[in-house]
Amino acid sequence: MIDISHYLTVSAILFVIGVFGIFLNRKNVIVILMSVELILLAVNINFVAFSAELNDLVGQVFALFVLTVAAAEAAIGLAILVAFFRNRGSIAVEDIDTLKG
Amino acid sequence: MNHIDLPSLAPLLPEIILALFAIVLLMAGAFSDEEATPTISIMAIVGIIGAIVAICLTTPGQTTFDGAYIVDGFARYLKILALIGAAISILMTIGFARHQAFGRFEYPVLILLSAVGMMLMISANDMIGVYLGLELQSLAIYCAVAINRDSTRSTEAGLKYFVLGALSSGMLLYGITLIYGFTGATIFPDIARVLSDGDASLGVIFGLVFVMAGLAFKVSAVPFHMWTPDVYEGAPSPVTAFLAAAPKVAAMALFTRVVFSAFEPISTDWQQIVIFLSIMSMVLGAFAAIGQTNIKRLMAYSSIGHMGYALVGLAAGSPEGVTGVVVYMTIYMITTLGTFACILGMRRADEGMVEDISDLAGLVRTKPWMAAAFTLLLFSLAGIPPLVGFFAKFYVFLAAVKADLIPLAIIGVLSSAVSAFYYLRVIKIMMFDDPRDRFEPMAGELRTVLAVAGAFSLLFFLVWTPILSAATAAAQSFF
Repeated sequence: MIDISHYLTVSAILFVIGVFGIFLNRKNVIVILMSVELILLAVNINFVAFSAELNDLVGQVFALFVLTVAAAEAAIGLAILVAFFRNRGSIAVEDIDTLKG
Repeated sequence: MNHIDLPSLAPLLPEIILALFAIVLLMAGAFSDEEATPTISIMAIVGIIGAIVAICLTTPGQTTFDGAYIVDGFARYLKILALIGAAISILMTIGFARHQAFGRFEYPVLILLSAVGMMLMISANDMIGVYLGLELQSLAIYCAVAINRDSTRSTEAGLKYFVLGALSSGMLLYGITLIYGFTGATIFPDIARVLSDGDASLGVIFGLVFVMAGLAFKVSAVPFHMWTPDVYEGAPSPVTAFLAAAPKVAAMALFTRVVFSAFEPISTDWQQIVIFLSIMSMVLGAFAAIGQTNIKRLMAYSSIGHMGYALVGLAAGSPEGVTGVVVYMTIYMITTLGTFACILGMRRADEGMVEDISDLAGLVRTKPWMAAAFTLLLFSLAGIPPLVGFFAKFYVFLAAVKADLIPLAIIGVLSSAVSAFYYLRVIKIMMFDDPRDRFEPMAGELRTVLAVAGAFSLLFFLVWTPILSAATAAAQSFF
C-alpha cells in the first residue's frame, strides 16, 4: 500500500537532488536550470499528495500556479542566459567569475 | 449552472491602476522610438502617484478573495513607502539617463511590474498570494538587473541573482507545502488557528525554517546574503539604487506579516531564527564591509547590516518592535536613496561613471555641497546622533531591551560601532585626501533627491511626529 509518506520521501529526495545539483554542479548553467525545475516539481508532488490526503482542493490549485510561474521563470532564466552567452561566449559555471563574491 | 460571486475588486484598485499603466506603457514604448523613454518614465511616475492616491482612498480593514488579500494600516503605510521608493528610483534614472546611455523604455515598465508584485506581497494574507507577489517582484527585478544586455557584468549579475533567487523561492515553496500539509491551510489566520490549538509538529517547524530561509534571502540576511554584493556591483547603478530601497521594504513587510499573522502562536520558535539571522547579519555587515574598495559593494554590505538591525525589532515580537521595524525601514529607504543619488553623480568627463571609493578623494574641495550631503547621509547610516539614523537604531534596540533581549541589543550596539569605521573611512577620504579631478555637474533630479534626503537626515524632527504615529498605527494592525 502506498501512503503519503512514500510521496513525501520521493519529493524530499528530488528536492535534495535539486539543491545539490545547484551547488555541486561545476560544469554547465543549463544543469542549474534543470535543478531548479526539479525543485519545483518536488514541491508540486508534495502539494498534490497533501491535497489528496487532506481532501482539500487548495493544494492542487497551488500546484497549477507553481507550474505557471515555473514556466515564466524558465523563460526569463533562459533569456538571461542567452544574453550572458552572447557577451561571454561560454555558459560554463567557472566562467561566471567577473564579479568576485 | 451555479452562480459564482466575483470577489470585490475595490481594495485592489491601486494594483489594477499600476498594472494597467505597465501594460499600456509597454505597448507605447514598443511602438515608439528611443526618444520616448523620458516620457514613459514620467508617465510611470504619474501611475505610481495615482496608485498612492488610490491607497489613501481605500479604507483599512478590508479583505477580499476569501481573505487571501488584506488591506490594513500596516499594508497601506508600507505600500505607500515602497511606491515612493520606486517613484524616486525612476526619477533618478531620468536624470542619470540624460548623460549616460541608459535609454531602455523597458526599465520603468519593469519597475512598475515589480511595484505591483511588491504591493501584492505586502497585502498577501495567504501563501498563494505570498508566492505570486514575490515571484512577480523578483522576475521583474531579474530582468532589470540584466538590462544592460551588452555588458558582461550586468548579465552575469542577472544570472547569479536569477539562480539564487530561484533556489530561494524553491525553498520557500517547499516550506509552504509542509505547512499546508501539516496544518491543512494556506490562509494566515487559519494557519494561526490550527497552530494555536496544539503543539506545533515537527513538520510545521521544518516548514517554518524553509519559509524563513526563503524570506531571509529576499531581505538579504546572513547566511542567505551571498548574492547581494555581486548583484549590487554588477547591476547598472540606477537598478542598484532601486534594488537597495523599495524591494527591501516590501520583503521586510512580508517577513513581518508572515511571522506575526501566520506563525504568531509559535513565536518562541521563529524568534530564535530571527535572532540568529539578525546577529549574523549585523556582524557580517560590519566586518565584511571594511575591506571594500567599490562603493556599491560597500553599500551592499551596509544594507546587509541594516537588515540585521531591522530584524532586531522583529525579534522583539512586540508592538514596539514592529513600530521599530517600520520606522527603521522608512529611514533606511530615504537615506539609501540619498546615498545612491551621490553614487549616480560620480561621473567624470573622461572616465564616465566611476565607482571606487578612492574616486571620492578630496570631494569637499571640488564639490563641497555634494560632500556635505554625502557626509550627513553616511553619518546617519552609521547611526551617529543627532542624525536620523541614530533614532532608527534607538527604537529597535529599545524594543529589544524591553523584550528582555539585552544580549542582542548589546551585539547590535557593538557591531554598529564597528560599522561606523567604514563609513568614517569614506568621510575621511572625502575630507582629507588630495583632491582628484572634479565630477561632472549632477543632474537636477539627483541633486533634488540628494538635497531632500540630506535635509531629512538633519531636520527629521520637523516630520518626526507624523512618521512615528503612522508607524505606531501600522504596527497596531497585528495586535
